[in-house]
Amino acid sequence: MSKLEIDTSIEFDDFNLNIDQKFSIEGITALFGPSGGGKSTLLRIIAGFERDARGRVVFEGQHWQDGNGANFVPPHRRGIGYVFQNARLFPHLSVLKNLQYADRRSQNMNEQITLNNVIEALDLSALLQRQPLSLSGGETQRVAIARALLTRPNLLLMDEPLAALDFKRKARILPLIEKLPSTFGIPVIYVTHAIEEVVRLASRMIVLDGGKIVAEGPVGEIMERHDIQSIIGRFEAASLISGKISRHIEAYHLSEVECGDAVLTMPYIDMGVGTDLRLRIRARDVSLALTRPEGISIQNILSAKVLEIIEEQEAAFAEIIVDVGGTRLRARITRKSVAELKLETGMPVFALVKSISFDRRAL
Amino acid sequence: MEIPDLGPFWLTLKLATVTTIILLVIGTPIAWWLAFTRSRIKVVVEAFTALPLVLPPTVLGFYLLIFMSPNSAIGSFWVSMTGSTLAFSFLGLVVASVFYSMPFMVQPLQTAFEAVGREPLEAAASLRASPLDAFLSVASPLAFRGFITATVLSFAHTIGEFGVVLMVGGNISGRTKVISIAIYEHVETINYSDAHVLSAILLLFSFSVLLFVFIMNRRFPVGIG
Repeated sequence: MSKLEIDTSIEFDDFNLNIDQKFSIEGITALFGPSGGGKSTLLRIIAGFERDARGRVVFEGQHWQDGNGANFVPPHRRGIGYVFQNARLFPHLSVLKNLQYADRRSQNMNEQITLNNVIEALDLSALLQRQPLSLSGGETQRVAIARALLTRPNLLLMDEPLAALDFKRKARILPLIEKLPSTFGIPVIYVTHAIEEVVRLASRMIVLDGGKIVAEGPVGEIMERHDIQSIIGRFEAASLISGKISRHIEAYHLSEVECGDAVLTMPYIDMGVGTDLRLRIRARDVSLALTRPEGISIQNILSAKVLEIIEEQEAAFAEIIVDVGGTRLRARITRKSVAELKLETGMPVFALVKSISFDRRAL
Repeated sequence: MEIPDLGPFWLTLKLATVTTIILLVIGTPIAWWLAFTRSRIKVVVEAFTALPLVLPPTVLGFYLLIFMSPNSAIGSFWVSMTGSTLAFSFLGLVVASVFYSMPFMVQPLQTAFEAVGREPLEAAASLRASPLDAFLSVASPLAFRGFITATVLSFAHTIGEFGVVLMVGGNISGRTKVISIAIYEHVETINYSDAHVLSAILLLFSFSVLLFVFIMNRRFPVGIG
């Protein structure tokens, strides 16, 4: 885990950014928040592109700038890699020359990162002689990621690299990005305003809104916090649950996943028994019952205990957080149901989970 | 038809070449600074470098003559260093031409650098390129057309200058008599045939230069993505 310490502020005509925080950067750390919240600005400050930003930036004990912008280390000496939203490949150089531009100037050692390894990892061998302007959006971003990797950075900064791509192209590149930290051993800060990308890629997240840090920590914990639901909650409320494949039921094409003391049944996952993984359960797919229902098609009926009831006035729905064998699970039911079932904190209930999706392999 | 003395023609080419090289060296950093600075005095420098576009050449020439005269600080310093005056010398003409053609170097370059923008430079910096490296390996190739335009325009404009040269250089054969002055002299002395030949040379030359610029512009369409 890498340490990043930022105590900085910058003022623009219509926007201020104020940050004083120590971050743990591990695997992929998502920098998440609504558009205009300051994500890209913060990333640019880390890279050293905002000379007007005052304050401290310290990464792994290296001072990139100190109070009042003193000891400013220029971007080319910070050891960062940067993937821009608009790629910024050099139009006067072929794809191969763009890659070599980075490769030749890199001074770090990293045996994993050779020109050939990177070309292979990002599937670029067919594109090497092409000119950047002739590439599609997805190809352009793959080259940009490869080029940033070839600097052998100590920290890779990615600014919404998939924002301009359609769903199909995204789906092709996401697995490549997902592998970067483990394959090449480089921590990544990944800016996005798409919560699906956070959930898919990141192990930790930083939530930024209005130029301020709103939350920081492991993705699962942050996703559960209801005080920042106005920022995250525009997206589907859900629980992220870690578990381990305990058994496959081949006859019905199902797998069983152990999460704490609870066992969840879900559609077959093509991975070996014992694999750690992360599941995503949408709050609206979880119902509650006071007694164990009989004669029902739902497979996952779990005994649980109410931990917290989050009700807002003048809303149709309430959110109930229940404990299932040590795992927190979120349920979204109507406030009418809360009243009729007389739900209270500490009450034993049964959680009925209608559907579970496999989220990703745990890192 | 008799061929007139071509000395003024070669002197003019020499003057334009030297002037253009000096302008490339000092005009490039000025244009770079103007393209990227956020300083408030940018507009002042911009207006100053554009002055020769609107100022009558005689006015520019007059002030330069004053500065170069042995009675001025600069002029007397020059005399004490070299033993000769700056005015009415080839070097004086070079200094005057550098001022006179400055906007033709700076403005196309500034426009070209602005078109390149900060983005490729930030990308280069993120790939470990120092600012000088980024200028040479990224900005210059992307601004290539700007360099061609600026070089050709500065060169051609220096060839065509008349008023400043007349004020600063006078009409000394082999030292300051450039082609435009020679033509003027031939006309004054009603030597129309020589004036015709030299004028035709200048006309053909200028046309070829512009043709070259436009062909280059077609062959190297924007290299900026």
